[in-house]
Amino acid sequence: MTDTIKTDVLIVGAGPVGLFAVFELGLFDMKCHLIDILDRPGGQCAELYPEKPIYDIPGWPSISAQGLVDKLLEQIAPFKPEFTYNRMVSSLEKLDDGGFRVITDENEVFEAKVVVIAAGGGSFQPKRPPIPGIEAYEGKSVFYSVRRMEDFRGHDIVIVGGGDSALDWTLNLQQVAKSVTLVHRRPEFRAAPDSVNKMYAMQERKELAFQVGQVTGLTGADGLLSSATIKGPDGDVEVACTRMLPFFGLTMKLGPIADWGLNLHENLIPVDTEKFQTSVPGIFAVGDINWYPGKLKLILSGFHEVALMAQAAKRIISPGERIVFQYTTSSTSLQKKLGVHD
Amino acid sequence: MTKLTFIAHDGTHFDVDAENGSTVMENAIRNAVPGIEAECGGACACATCHVYVDEAWTAEVGEPEAMEEDMLDFAYDVQPNSRLSCQIKVRDALDGLVVRVPARQG
Repeated sequence: MTDTIKTDVLIVGAGPVGLFAVFELGLFDMKCHLIDILDRPGGQCAELYPEKPIYDIPGWPSISAQGLVDKLLEQIAPFKPEFTYNRMVSSLEKLDDGGFRVITDENEVFEAKVVVIAAGGGSFQPKRPPIPGIEAYEGKSVFYSVRRMEDFRGHDIVIVGGGDSALDWTLNLQQVAKSVTLVHRRPEFRAAPDSVNKMYAMQERKELAFQVGQVTGLTGADGLLSSATIKGPDGDVEVACTRMLPFFGLTMKLGPIADWGLNLHENLIPVDTEKFQTSVPGIFAVGDINWYPGKLKLILSGFHEVALMAQAAKRIISPGERIVFQYTTSSTSLQKKLGVHD
Repeated sequence: MTKLTFIAHDGTHFDVDAENGSTVMENAIRNAVPGIEAECGGACACATCHVYVDEAWTAEVGEPEAMEEDMLDFAYDVQPNSRLSCQIKVRDALDGLVVRVPARQG
C-alpha cells in the first residue's frame, strides 16, 4: 500500500464545479486534492461536449466547454491544487479525529478533514451494450478494457464498435489472438482513417474478419462464451468466439458513492442550502450530484454552491476562527493569495 | 403549432403541439414522454433520445448527419429509420409527424 496522501479538502470530481471549489476554498487557505475517473480535468465539459458553446456563464456571452475548463484551471492555478486522474473513489470511512479516509480503486489512500463530492452525473464507466444476458459473461469472457494483452492470447475474439478503442485493439490483438472479428453496425467508422485503412488491408489479407451488424445474442455456459449472434444486412450470422470486447463509449453511474452511508434522493445527494452539506457532517455535495428543493443542474448554480460550502468547510477546518467576508476586488490579503498583489 | 405524435414502447400515443424551431426531443421531455432520456441535454453527445421515424415520414425528416450517425452507434437496436430526436427540428412540413420510442435507450 502506498503512503497516505493528506490534504485539507478532498474533492471527488474535477468538473467545472469541482475546479471552482478549489478557488473558493483556496481563498480561505484550504488546500485541495481532486480525484477524477477521467484522464484530464473538465468532467462532462471535457468528455461530452468540449467544442460546444455554453451561453449561460455570467460574463461570457459564449464560451466553449473546453474553453471554460481552461479558464477555470488558470483561475485556480495560484492555489496549486493536486490532481489524481484515472481513479474512482471506492470507499470512504470516518476517522476518530473527525476527518475522513478515502481509498481509490487502485488502493491509494487519502486523508482529508473535509470531503466535497462534485461528481456530476457520477463516474464515467464503459457502457454495457444492449445484448440480452451479457452480464453473465462480464469479467470472465466479456471485457470492457484490455489490461494485459496476454489475457487474450490464443483466443477467438469479437470486438464490437467503430471508434478508436475498437479499431486500435482490433489491430493490436490480432497479433496475439487466434482470430479477431470486428463487428460494427455500418461500414463507416469514427476511428482514425489510418487505423480503418489498416483494418481493411488486413481483412483483404484474411488476417482478420470484419462483419457489418449488431450483436443480438451470446451463447456459452458458466460465463464462458462460445459464440455471438450478429444481425447483419443479410440476416443472422453466428461467429465462434471465446472473448468479446464491446466498446460502446461511456455512461455516467453513481458508482460506489451509493455505499458511503449518505442519504440519497433518486441517485442524488440531498443537501441543505446554507452549507451544501450532506447527511454526514464534513461531507459536502455540490453541482449536478446534489439535490435540494428548486435545484437546477446548471454550472452557475454549482459555482454559487461552492462559495457557500467553502464558508462551512472553513468552520470545520479552523474551528473558532473568525471568518472575515472579503472581496477579491479590494482585499489585499485575498489578492496576495491570488498572486496579484506585491 | 405543429402536431407531433410519440408512440411509447407500450403503445401509448402522446399527441403534442410543438413550436417550430424546437427539437423533437425537447417536446418529448416537455410532455414527459416515457423512454426519452436525453442524458446530455441535446448536445448530440449521447444516444438516449433515440426514436424510430414512422416509415411515412422518413423522406421528409431526412437522413442523419455524420456526427449523429456516430452517436447512433451507441444506441439500442438501430434501424434504417433511427434518428436522435434532439437532431430533428420541428417545422411546418413535419406537421403530423409520428415517431416511435424504442424498448430502451442504450
